[in-house]
Amino acid sequence: MSAAGQKNRLASGGLIDRNKPLSFSFDGKAMSGFAGDTLASALIANGVQLVGRSFKYHRPRGILTAGSEEPNALVELRDGARREPNTRATTIELYDGLTATSQNRWPSLDFDILSINQLASPIFVAGFYYKTFMWPSALWEKLYEPLIRRAAGLGRAAEKSDPDHYEKAWAHCDVLIAGGGPTGLAAALAAGRAGARVILCEEDAVLGGRLLSDGGTIDGLPAIEWVAKAVAELEAMPDVRVMTRTTVTGVFDHGTHAALERVNDHLPVPPEHQPRQRLWRIAAKRSIVAAGALERPIVFGGNDTPNVMLSSAVRTYINRYAATPAKRLALFTNNDDGWKTVEAALAAGVQIAGVVDARAEASAEQRALAAQHGFAILNGVVDHVEGGKAGVGKIVAALAGGAKATLEADGLAVSGGWNPAVGLTSQHRGRPKWRDDIAAFVPDGAPAGMVAAGSANGEFSLAACLMEGHSSGAAAAGDLGFGKSAGSAPVSDEDAAYSVRPVWTVNSKKKAFVDFQNDVTESDIALAAREGFQSVEHLKRYTTLGMATDQGKNSNVQGIAVMAELTGRSIPETGTTIYRPPYVPVAMGALAGHHRDENFHATRLTPSHHWAAERGAVFVDTGLWKRAQWYPLKGEKDWLESVTREVKAVRSGVGFCDVSTLGKTDVHGPDAGAFLDRVYINTFSSLAVGKARYGIMLREDGIVYDDGTTSRLAEDHYFLTTTTAKAGLVMQHLEFCRQVLFPELDVQLTSVSDQWAQFSIAGPNTRALLTDIVDPSEDLSNEGFPFMGARAVKLRGGVEARLFRISFSGEMAFEISVPARFGDALVRNLMAAGEKYGVTPYGTEALGVMRIEKGHVAGPELNGTTTAADLGLGKMMSTKKDFIGRVLAGREALVADDRQVVVGVKPVSPSQRLRSGAHVIAKGKVPAPETDDGYVTSVCFSPMMDRWIGLALVSRGRERHGEIAMAHDPVRGEDYEVEICNPVFYDPEGGRQRG
Amino acid sequence: MKYSIFSLARAALSGHKNWPRTWRDPQPQKHYDVVIVGGGGHGLATAYFLAAEHGIRNVAVLEKGWIGSGNAGRNTTIIRSNYMLPGNIGFYELSMKLWETMERDLNYNTMVSQRGVLNLYHSDAQRDAYARRGNAMRINGIDSELLDREGVRKLLPFLNFDNARFPIQGGLLQPRGGTARHDAVVWGYAHAADRLGVDIIQNCEVTGFTRDAGGKVTGVETTRGTIGAGKVGVAVAGSSSRVAAMAGLRLPIESHVLQAFVSEGIKPLIPNVVTFGAGHFYVSQSDKGGLVFGGDLDGYNSYAQRGNLPVVEDVCEGGMALMPVIGRVRLLRQWGGIMDMSMDGSPIIDKTPVDGLYLNAGWCYGGFKATPGSGFVFAHLIARDELHREGARFRLDRFRRGAMIDEKGQGAQPNLH
Amino acid sequence: MRIACPFCGPRENGEFTYLGDAKPKRPALEAGEEAYYEYVYLRDNVAGEMDEFWYHGAGCRSWIKVRRNTVTHEISSVEPAAGAGAAKVAS
Repeated sequence: MSAAGQKNRLASGGLIDRNKPLSFSFDGKAMSGFAGDTLASALIANGVQLVGRSFKYHRPRGILTAGSEEPNALVELRDGARREPNTRATTIELYDGLTATSQNRWPSLDFDILSINQLASPIFVAGFYYKTFMWPSALWEKLYEPLIRRAAGLGRAAEKSDPDHYEKAWAHCDVLIAGGGPTGLAAALAAGRAGARVILCEEDAVLGGRLLSDGGTIDGLPAIEWVAKAVAELEAMPDVRVMTRTTVTGVFDHGTHAALERVNDHLPVPPEHQPRQRLWRIAAKRSIVAAGALERPIVFGGNDTPNVMLSSAVRTYINRYAATPAKRLALFTNNDDGWKTVEAALAAGVQIAGVVDARAEASAEQRALAAQHGFAILNGVVDHVEGGKAGVGKIVAALAGGAKATLEADGLAVSGGWNPAVGLTSQHRGRPKWRDDIAAFVPDGAPAGMVAAGSANGEFSLAACLMEGHSSGAAAAGDLGFGKSAGSAPVSDEDAAYSVRPVWTVNSKKKAFVDFQNDVTESDIALAAREGFQSVEHLKRYTTLGMATDQGKNSNVQGIAVMAELTGRSIPETGTTIYRPPYVPVAMGALAGHHRDENFHATRLTPSHHWAAERGAVFVDTGLWKRAQWYPLKGEKDWLESVTREVKAVRSGVGFCDVSTLGKTDVHGPDAGAFLDRVYINTFSSLAVGKARYGIMLREDGIVYDDGTTSRLAEDHYFLTTTTAKAGLVMQHLEFCRQVLFPELDVQLTSVSDQWAQFSIAGPNTRALLTDIVDPSEDLSNEGFPFMGARAVKLRGGVEARLFRISFSGEMAFEISVPARFGDALVRNLMAAGEKYGVTPYGTEALGVMRIEKGHVAGPELNGTTTAADLGLGKMMSTKKDFIGRVLAGREALVADDRQVVVGVKPVSPSQRLRSGAHVIAKGKVPAPETDDGYVTSVCFSPMMDRWIGLALVSRGRERHGEIAMAHDPVRGEDYEVEICNPVFYDPEGGRQRG
Repeated sequence: MKYSIFSLARAALSGHKNWPRTWRDPQPQKHYDVVIVGGGGHGLATAYFLAAEHGIRNVAVLEKGWIGSGNAGRNTTIIRSNYMLPGNIGFYELSMKLWETMERDLNYNTMVSQRGVLNLYHSDAQRDAYARRGNAMRINGIDSELLDREGVRKLLPFLNFDNARFPIQGGLLQPRGGTARHDAVVWGYAHAADRLGVDIIQNCEVTGFTRDAGGKVTGVETTRGTIGAGKVGVAVAGSSSRVAAMAGLRLPIESHVLQAFVSEGIKPLIPNVVTFGAGHFYVSQSDKGGLVFGGDLDGYNSYAQRGNLPVVEDVCEGGMALMPVIGRVRLLRQWGGIMDMSMDGSPIIDKTPVDGLYLNAGWCYGGFKATPGSGFVFAHLIARDELHREGARFRLDRFRRGAMIDEKGQGAQPNLH
Repeated sequence: MRIACPFCGPRENGEFTYLGDAKPKRPALEAGEEAYYEYVYLRDNVAGEMDEFWYHGAGCRSWIKVRRNTVTHEISSVEPAAGAGAAKVAS
């Protein structure tokens, strides 16, 4: 073992493993500690007092607490891509090779240039920036703000992508217990023994809570032994799960809790295939908050000096970690609990310089202890501490009689009383209530199913914690119908009443901090009160009190008390701010889990994906789908060349495209036709069996929702298709219509989007190609399978398929569906059979080119603001039936004659490229809101026209065919003339698709 | 006392003992020319402009809690005018211009920081939509720049350019967009309105309207007594439907919860406001160093001012997908506000069918940036009984007429706007 | 939030999609523009208990009617929404 340099390590005691020495570094300086240490305890053992710098004044700061609420001892842990800013030294389990760096200082912790801010502190009062930096206004962004920003902030985020993994998991239980101290353990024992499914979450790496620091006797055993026994019993219960390093951070509706498990933060890097942290979503029928209480500081001069530490933290470092922050310690307390620190220090051989107790009378035992160890008990308060970055020098007390007294010590333990941890119970915006007897806020109710127990509920004696923990565990199980809990409540005889005399501030003339990290002083609160920021929420926002990383755990109650005194109100009248999740800050990575990088969202692959990938297709993201965008051939110089080739090949020969991403729904039932009549603007009940029809759906507000073809495969069976983008939403809409609006119709909907692979086969040679695919018994002739025909067919080899003679490209075309598992085989067969026709696979780009050449509208035109008439499809709207959207489509502004309607556009200069998003301005007009007539929605280079063409939405567009207008595209720096024209550029008579 | 570095330095000499209240704490009078219900940014701005622009100074702003306790104090502080549609675009630019002179107009530093707002695009279709938007902005005299991928990389090199599910292709930048200190906007308007004689009355909840025989509103009933008013303007955001119901009105509005988030403070990382185009996530960094971010609505009607986990996760997933350098930065606090979601995603500033009652509502989750413009236009309407040119389309009857202003094209489904 | 789907049991709210107020009934065609305007655009938007439509899209694809308190989020009843938006059939 090696304790070299650990000058403040006690020779014996503590729960550290002295057989496992660990080395670490702080600010580049090599140090050592032991397994079982936290970074804070190891720093203390090594005699380090100065650990950080404050937010605003860059004042030197040390370690205040021994828990996750630590406001001062924040460090950058690890380095490189794993650098973690603002990590509490008090919660980091020491591991071998740990590196930590102090933050918010330059050039060094010891010599921080920005500590000159302290000199300007008379100016830098609360809200000073609201009153200045106003002139000249340009300097705000250029000078003042960058200066403020650089000075503010705490640690630095990593500069590289976080290399670690994070997981999310669900868990379900009857009783969730937050906190594994005496209360939580007793609760878990009671609920577990009754047979309930229990999850016990403990933030620390080991169970026991304050028992680890304070010891005591339970059921006749030393506390540590009792904890071990309790944990063993719990772990033997099959339905009890004990989770250490796990903090319950939030409670949401209906028993959903969030908990963060720090799976591998105690290791240098997570083992392979393991996450760094895991976010648990725990659905619990009941929950018990046994999160304990937090000791609070007192506001006195220099109370932020390094080595002014909370009394309970001093005890923790001495008893649990065998590291003493001071050789000669003083205590400032207003309650008996503080005295336990005196006993602990004395037992560890630390000198006591004196005790300043705000209460008038010390007990006989206390007086005897003082006499025995030769220290004074001073009745009064600490006025201020003199010292600085080197720590505590002198402690000046103001005695009850008005005299001053000075204590010489190198550390000061402070106990201002205890605050129950009311964060979780108040997360549903319930405010805690004030209890005068303990001078603290306690839970006043909690979210449904949740209770607080033990010191989280204001019960501060060990005996009471055990009793209330046990009874709340038994009650939760009982509520859920579990029988009586076997066994009895653990018992302790430590049941002394808690006596506290509130001291919030000593009204010192020296700088006295209320919120340490944010440098909020008592005088800042006075200024806020003076200027009318008296509501606690205004106080918080004006001074930043309680907005630091501890979210006011160390400061809010004192701040409220100071404000209450200044405004002549009571503390409960002044009230608290709102408690919000998370209870302790949670890494963004944990909340995201695996949903990052390529796995941010799921990836959907089409049936032909692997085949397309083999051919070197370029893919495009369409929603969650990867679709082949084009299929480059060797030697092609760019996408345009490939796409142009694909279009020409289709229009002159034959090609095919995977359109499986379309939404597909089987509509069954005697009322299927009637149902479709109500959801489409046009009529489907009259559609003949074996025929397909293009349909438009509106929203109830009269705006076009979706389009697609629907085929009648049997008297009572339609096959409906939607756009790719709206597949899920249309299904939801149809189910709403079916279930909620039209329950009288006998119709069933089945989503078959994933069941069918669907391909569009287009071009003059389509029929020839299909003859080689489809069973010879099927008649594919123009008479046997006319345009808009649709029916089930058998393929060669016997596969059942569906064939639809529909065309998006304007060519002679079919769409063919096969069960999805045959999609890959079909595409390979098409390639093989089509070789003699030069069959060409085409991607979504060529698909888009051909639809624009044909003037078909698609996503860019169906933009959620266009009517059927705007799209040139107004005639499809039946006047003979009710359908979704019919009535509101008739509103005056939706039928106004200056609406923007779909037109074609082409640049006057044949070589000019057209771009989507360009606005259309009448020729000769200056671009202005009044002259903005619309915009270009879709463009392509048309191989057939040998120029760029596009569709646009243009005001009064149908009257303007032939007009020359201006395409105005300032974001791309272009203006050029375009001709407004008929949107159908290619084969306007439609002869090709019927051939 | 005028605020400046000089007054601040002078005050420092006397230990800051002489600063007066930022706004007075008056008792309500019996009658005002105008009563504004709602002491948020919009209500206070309205009062300020009534006094400053129209000389109407006998005005009270009634706030049921503390001023700024609603959405003015619970937002992500973004200001921008990158809108697309007639009706919105001119209005938001009017608002932007008022942001640019706010500090001097109010003698209060609201920390308007024009650091730029960048909307990322991840597909050709999104790029085209942003080109349309950017062009519409330019046509309206608003700054906009369409950046390609390299342009974005130059601004924000730490974004995920390497292995993203939806790779960044570029972005639409409005350099004049940015952020402002939200609470300071409330206090600044309160301060300036107060100096012009406006009474700001906190802890005064309106419980009903008083009406004369003809149905005209003559005042309000409050928890601090009845207060008479020549005209009553309502600017209560998420409570719009509840307050309107007191006058027997139903509104085309739903109240939804929107969560927002702040991380622990870190040293400067994100120079401007960024919105992710492939998920619901937008972020900026506050002067204090916290990343301030948000995403989608929870999606259900709520007055709870708190949300649930799925959206928390969704937002953080968006954040990590966009910038995986923040994996080890911790979420510090999350909160929820009540959004008055309208049926087309755009606001309503109009007279109501009830004589003497004026409505300012439906801000969805874009109310903060609209604060000065909203106050300006609403004050104009109340003072002159006519719609201001830049608010002329925010009419209550536009849904009846079919004249929606629907930037997202989602229709009458408030949680999708 | 957890919603007890009448067909699937209690499920987490991420499985559901929200539509909103379940009170409006789709008017008959003859009811005219004003009736449709109210149906589509005007909502009660109460602070308290309201009936609302939810869709169990990640489960059984049922539309359900949930009575939920918009202030506390407490759910007091869940039932299938069958026919809940249908106007009384005009004879």
